[in-house]
Amino acid sequence: MTSKTPLLDVNGIGISFGGLRAVDEVSFKVGAGEVFSIIGPNGAGKTTLFNLVTGIYRPSRGSVRLDGADITAVPPHRRVSRGMARTFQNLQIFFRMTAVENVMVGCALSERTSFLADMLGLPSVFRQNRVTREKALALLDRVGLADLADAPAGALPYGALKRLEIARALAADPKILLLDEPAAGCNAVETEAIDHLIAEIAKAGVAVVLIEHDMKLVMKISDRVLVLAQGRPLAEGPPRAVRENPQVIAAYLGDIGSREADRAHG
Amino acid sequence: MKAILRSRLTPLIALALIMALVPMIAPTSFHLRVAALVWIFSLAALGLTILMGYAGQVSLGHAGFLGIGAYAVAIGPARLGLDPLLCIVLGAALSGVIAWLVGRPILKLKGYYLAIATLGFGVIVALILHSETELTGGPDGMSVSRITLFGWRVTGALNWYWVSAGALLIGALIALNIAASPTGRALRALHDSEVAAAGAGIDVSAKKLAAFVVAAVYAAVAGGLLAAMNGLITPEAASFSHSVELVAMVIIGGLGSVFGTVLGAAFLVVLPQTLTAFQEYEQAVLGLLIMVFMIFLPQGIVPSLRALIEERLP
Repeated sequence: MTSKTPLLDVNGIGISFGGLRAVDEVSFKVGAGEVFSIIGPNGAGKTTLFNLVTGIYRPSRGSVRLDGADITAVPPHRRVSRGMARTFQNLQIFFRMTAVENVMVGCALSERTSFLADMLGLPSVFRQNRVTREKALALLDRVGLADLADAPAGALPYGALKRLEIARALAADPKILLLDEPAAGCNAVETEAIDHLIAEIAKAGVAVVLIEHDMKLVMKISDRVLVLAQGRPLAEGPPRAVRENPQVIAAYLGDIGSREADRAHG
Repeated sequence: MKAILRSRLTPLIALALIMALVPMIAPTSFHLRVAALVWIFSLAALGLTILMGYAGQVSLGHAGFLGIGAYAVAIGPARLGLDPLLCIVLGAALSGVIAWLVGRPILKLKGYYLAIATLGFGVIVALILHSETELTGGPDGMSVSRITLFGWRVTGALNWYWVSAGALLIGALIALNIAASPTGRALRALHDSEVAAAGAGIDVSAKKLAAFVVAAVYAAVAGGLLAAMNGLITPEAASFSHSVELVAMVIIGGLGSVFGTVLGAAFLVVLPQTLTAFQEYEQAVLGLLIMVFMIFLPQGIVPSLRALIEERLP
């Protein structure tokens, strides 16, 4: 476990929707190169927590600090330039664009042409396009989609789209990457590929925050796990400790959960 | 072949060739005038292609910006003694500023709500042009003085043909440039998913606003040319039916296609002229033809045909 200065510091964050405390008093810290997973049953508030951390929702309580700076009030698109990128649980792909164009959009922040230059079609725009395309192709190669670069994104299979989203998020050169169920709906082979990919990303020094239902994947690649139940933290710690925490098994995992936990053991 | 179909310059070259051909085969100056109207309305619709086709934001009040551009060329010289050509530029700038002011609050709306808000804007502009009789001449409109281009007085169908063709070529080039640039990628991205575009660090509201302002400037320049060519302008230019026509041009030609926009404009400008034989049924026949086109080419003329051709190519 790498625990230097925390890259992401979420402190007592919470939000209520119509009186219901969807997320309440959640705190956690994630360091560079660490894989931090958030698990919990459906409706536990995992995606809401993600939306709070990435700024889609404004928290009613608590704060989010990135690299020491308070970003609680910073709008989502400006968090990207501070080093925070994410993927989405329900795919948010630019379906009418090609795979490589999707990743090129992810490079937007590193592009240096002005609106005026874009309108006039100056040579600098085409130089920029070439640089961006190179970078996007390299990223597609990294997630194993190089062959499909010029295919319309709408024609890609589900597992490929999941990896395309990761490539697009990586295009922003993030310090912290939030992945919302990257393996959901993927088969064993695709899950394995995503598993490797996440490990590689973390090894490169990026902090990874992961929401995932696939317990086997979570237990294998996480440095630490946060268990959420009804919007509140139930337990936090290394996978083994969480897995064996009787409170987690009893109170949250329940019947189906303990079977999943067994499967993770095996 | 596929590379040619996809090249950025193909529509521009095709357009330039057609522009060069039309005067050779046009039998009368009336036909040249109709062709010039096609270029002018294409220019206005091209702005909507950027706003609707690229960025996916609808505007049902775009004739309002056309009206602003048109009346700038009418009012500037008549009431303020300004140079008419300068007034086209000023009208475009004014239209852009108004688009910026109006766009900031209303572009937060999406889909139907944005459509209604822009519709409201168009109605207000038409209303002001109607009722500010002292300034605009009211429902009767006002006459527009001739434009002088570097000492050359632009008159006659052929001259107007070339001026409007030149303006459209410039407009088409800019639209194609935007499509092939980081800005174009950002606009197409937010068309598909605003949340993901923001997730890539794109300032979605700023990009939408930029597209709205550019679209307004296109419409204003087209309006200025229209007023100057006709020598007369009425509030009808800013009417709701004109706004709808502009949207129809963009959709019939193929959402997001520059060449398609010109075809859509040609369709809606030329057809009413040829349908006069149907007399009182003219509008009904036009409506029917639009329906038939959309049923058989649901993606619009250019994208549907392109898909057909690409399918048959190896």
